[in-house]
Amino acid sequence: MVDADQARLAEFLGAGQPKVLDQWTEAAGRGVSDRISPAELRRELAEILSLTVAVLAGQDEAAAGQLRAVLQELSRSRARYGFSPRETAATVLSLKEAVYSQLADSVELLPAYLGFTRFVDDLGLQTFEAFVGAREQIIADQAESMLELSTPVVRLWDGIIAVPLVGTLDSARTQLVMEKMLEALVATEAEHAVIDITGVPTVDTEVAQHLLKTVVAARLMGADCIITGIRPQIAYTIVSLGIEFGDVLTKQTLADGLAHALSRSGLKVVPA
Amino acid sequence: MERVPILKIGSTLLVSIQVDLQDQSVQQLQEDVAERIAATGAKGVIIDITAVEIVDSFIGRMLSMIGSMSRLFDAQTVLVGMRPAVAITLVELGLTLDGVQTALNTEKGLRLLSGRS
Amino acid sequence: MDELPIRAGDDVVRVRQQVRAVAGGAGMSLIDQTKVVTAASELARNTLVHGGGGAARIEQVTNARGKPGIRVSFADSGPGIPDVDLALTDGWTTGGGMGLGLSGARRLVDEFSLTTEAGAGTTVVMTKWAR
Repeated sequence: MVDADQARLAEFLGAGQPKVLDQWTEAAGRGVSDRISPAELRRELAEILSLTVAVLAGQDEAAAGQLRAVLQELSRSRARYGFSPRETAATVLSLKEAVYSQLADSVELLPAYLGFTRFVDDLGLQTFEAFVGAREQIIADQAESMLELSTPVVRLWDGIIAVPLVGTLDSARTQLVMEKMLEALVATEAEHAVIDITGVPTVDTEVAQHLLKTVVAARLMGADCIITGIRPQIAYTIVSLGIEFGDVLTKQTLADGLAHALSRSGLKVVPA
Repeated sequence: MERVPILKIGSTLLVSIQVDLQDQSVQQLQEDVAERIAATGAKGVIIDITAVEIVDSFIGRMLSMIGSMSRLFDAQTVLVGMRPAVAITLVELGLTLDGVQTALNTEKGLRLLSGRS
Repeated sequence: MDELPIRAGDDVVRVRQQVRAVAGGAGMSLIDQTKVVTAASELARNTLVHGGGGAARIEQVTNARGKPGIRVSFADSGPGIPDVDLALTDGWTTGGGMGLGLSGARRLVDEFSLTTEAGAGTTVVMTKWAR
C-alpha cells in the first residue's frame, strides 16, 4: 500500500537517481575510502538505490525481498572484511542525507521525506542486525573448528586408542569427545579406550556424568574404557560432589591406563 | 511381516537385523531363535545390529530377552555392531541390556563365544 | 505438518521414518536425530499399546533465534495416566514388564509436556532443537 506522497517521492528519486547516487557515494565513502574504492562503492549503492525506489513505488512485489537480500549480503561481506558495524550501518543511513540534499528545492515532497527517513532507518537497522548475525556465525564457526582441533583421538597400539584431553571441559566439548571416541572405536576396531584428563584443570557434575556415560556407551558397544589422569583436586571435587564412579576403572596416569589395556589384550612388554 | 533370517555357522547362530523392524518381527525373532537353538543345539547366538539405526526400550528389552532365553538353553548371546548413536541413546534411556554380551563386530563376537578373546 | 494415525505396529515404524526425515531436514546431527526418533518411537508405542491408538503430529519448527527443530505430539483417547509423577519416575512399568518409557523419552529431548485425564486420554508434546 503506497500513499500519494510516497509515490511522488519514488518518482522524484527515480528521475534523479544518478545525482542521488553521486551524493550517496560521497557521503558513504567518508572514512572507508581506504578499504573500498569509490567505483566499487557506487556499484553496490546503485543496486540498493534502484531497489529502494522500486519498493517505494510499490509496483514490484519482489523488490522488498530482494532489497533485504542485498542488504544482508552487504553486511556479510562488510563483516568479513573487518568493517565496523557502525561503518556498515552508516553506509545505508547516509542515503537520507543524500536524498535531503536533492530535495532542497521541492518543498512539497518534505512530508514524504519523513516517512522515507523512517524507511531508511529501518534499512540501517536491518543491516546492523545482519552484520551482527554474520559475526556471530564467524564466531560459531571458529568455535567449532577449535573444538574439532582440540579433541584428537590417537591410536596407542593395536586395539587401544586414547583421547588426551587438555583444557577446560564444558558440556558441548565433552559430548563431542564422547562421539568422536565412540566412532573411533568402530573405525579402528579397538576394544580399549583411555580417556586421559591430566590436562583438565576442573571437572563439574555435568562433565563427570558425560564421561561416565561415555564409558557405559563404550561398554554397550563391546569395548572397555578407562579414565586416567585424575589429579588430587579433581578427585576431591568428584567425591565432594557425590559423583559415583561405580565400576568405571580409573588409573592415575595414561601410562598406567596403557599398561592395563595391554595386559587385558593379552600383551606384555618385555626388554629387548 | 518380515522374518529375520537365521544362519548357522558351526555351533553358532548368526542373526543379522537389516531393516527397521516392526515390534511383531522382533517378537517373532525371539520365537524363531528359541526354536533354532532347540533344534540345532547351538551354543552361541550372534545378533548383528550394524544396520540398526534405532533401538528403543521395547527392542532393547526384546534383545535382552533373547539373551536370557538362550541362556536357558545353555547358549550365550553376543550383540555386535552397535552404532555409537544407538549406544549413546541407550545410555540416556537407562537401558542396560542385561542378558547379552557385546562385541564390536561379528569376528570379535565369535572370538568371545569361543572363549579365545 | 504431518498427521499420522497410530493404529497398528506398522504405524510406529512410519512415525519413526517421518520423524527421521523431518529431523534430518532440520539439520540435526546424527546423534540428535537418533535421540528424537527413539523418543518418538517410545511415545508412539505408548499411544498404541496403552492409549488404545491415536495419532501423531510431526512438524518442523523454528525458535525465536531462528534455530530449527522438530516438534512431535502424540494424542490418544485412552484411559489416561492415573499417576503422572509415578509414570515419569525411572523404572515405572505397567503390565508385562514393558515400561512406559516416558522418563527415558523425556531425557532424549529438549522440551516435553504431558497432559492426561483419567478416562479422557493423554497428549504428549516433545520438541528437540538442532544444535
